Amino acid sequence: MADMMQFDLVSPERMLASFEASEVEIPGAEGDFTAMPDHAALVTTMRPGVLKAKGAGQTSEYVVTGGFVEVSGAGVSVLAEHAVPRDEISRDAVEAMIAEAESAAAEVTPGLKDAADKRIADTRGLLEQLGL
Amino acid sequence: MANLKDLKTRIESVKSTRKITKAMQMVAAAKLRRAQEAAENARPYGERMAAVMGNLAQGAAGSETAPKLLAGTGSDKVHLLIVATSERGLCGGFNSSIVKLAKSHAENLVAAGKTVKILTVGKKGREQMKREWAGSFIAHVDHSAVKKLGYVNAQAVARDVLQRFEAGEFDVVTIFYNVFQSVVTQIPTARQLIPAEVETAGGDAPFYEYEPDEDEILAELLPRAMTTQIFTALLENAASEQGARMSAMDNATRNAGEMIEKLTIEYNRSRQAAITNELIEIISGAEAL
Repeated sequence: MADMMQFDLVSPERMLASFEASEVEIPGAEGDFTAMPDHAALVTTMRPGVLKAKGAGQTSEYVVTGGFVEVSGAGVSVLAEHAVPRDEISRDAVEAMIAEAESAAAEVTPGLKDAADKRIADTRGLLEQLGL
Repeated sequence: MANLKDLKTRIESVKSTRKITKAMQMVAAAKLRRAQEAAENARPYGERMAAVMGNLAQGAAGSETAPKLLAGTGSDKVHLLIVATSERGLCGGFNSSIVKLAKSHAENLVAAGKTVKILTVGKKGREQMKREWAGSFIAHVDHSAVKKLGYVNAQAVARDVLQRFEAGEFDVVTIFYNVFQSVVTQIPTARQLIPAEVETAGGDAPFYEYEPDEDEILAELLPRAMTTQIFTALLENAASEQGARMSAMDNATRNAGEMIEKLTIEYNRSRQAAITNELIEIISGAEAL
């Protein structure tokens, strides 16, 4: 069994990380999961949360708000709408995210109301999770 | 022959013009590098997005429940053209080439009996389209206050387009912009956004599990893919604009240089002529004595 896999984290504006990782902890829309090498091919959406990638010697943590994860034999690609390294995040930034989620929820069509509310709740949860 | 003083002022004025165009060229070169970098940085996201889309769409395209963004509304009567141009001029044929392509596209559509609606991004394109197509304008996006083009700018455009699409204002959406090839070549391009054009990877696509199910992912992915395409278009445009401006200003600088040379020769000739004239007068005056 291969014990390393390629991990890529890209946001629309730039590539944030690309390295060999042994495991990646992902905040999936339907629950957190950890992808390890040779994980079954999977595509999932993400909820706002913290993503952890264990590389050689170091663990990188990122705060992500929504996006997609593609897990395949070749590795893990994370397409995050918005991603910030954990040590660069501040309380203000998270509060801005909450405000954005709330304004998005205000104009969403009724069918997607639940998803929008969940996004607000998840983003609020971030504050606690990050200990800010 | 023009008098010496006039010539001198003209030379001075062309010289200062040359200084300005030279400065603009250098500014454009610096901005171009940044714009190219931004476009480069955005590429991995776009590529991945297209790949995931390709896999998903392959399965969904045939099904009846395929979302409207992918399958279309079932008609193609009303077309929305997004014309993305720059906020500033002095960039050669950059804006005209986009507008020309959009106009011919619009004319073809109208000739085929379709309705055309136009959304403009950037002031220059709007000005050029206004003469003939002002009646089709539905919205305008102003980026003149934007210093660095970000994903949020594309999101704003995409949100507007999606809301209008949901409201049934149009069936097909196409965006017009310039693809950056090199400093001297930018290729005006039309790209269809809705229904989404998906490049399906040939061969066997890896079998993915989807969480939540495929439809839900697709419903979330499609608007994002469209936003990404708009973002890419805006970034390409930004790089093209700077490239076009750089070469336009390079030409202007060179022309100003040639002009200065010509004027300087003329100036020297006139000066010499004046001296010769004076000498002749003195000599003939002396001979007459």
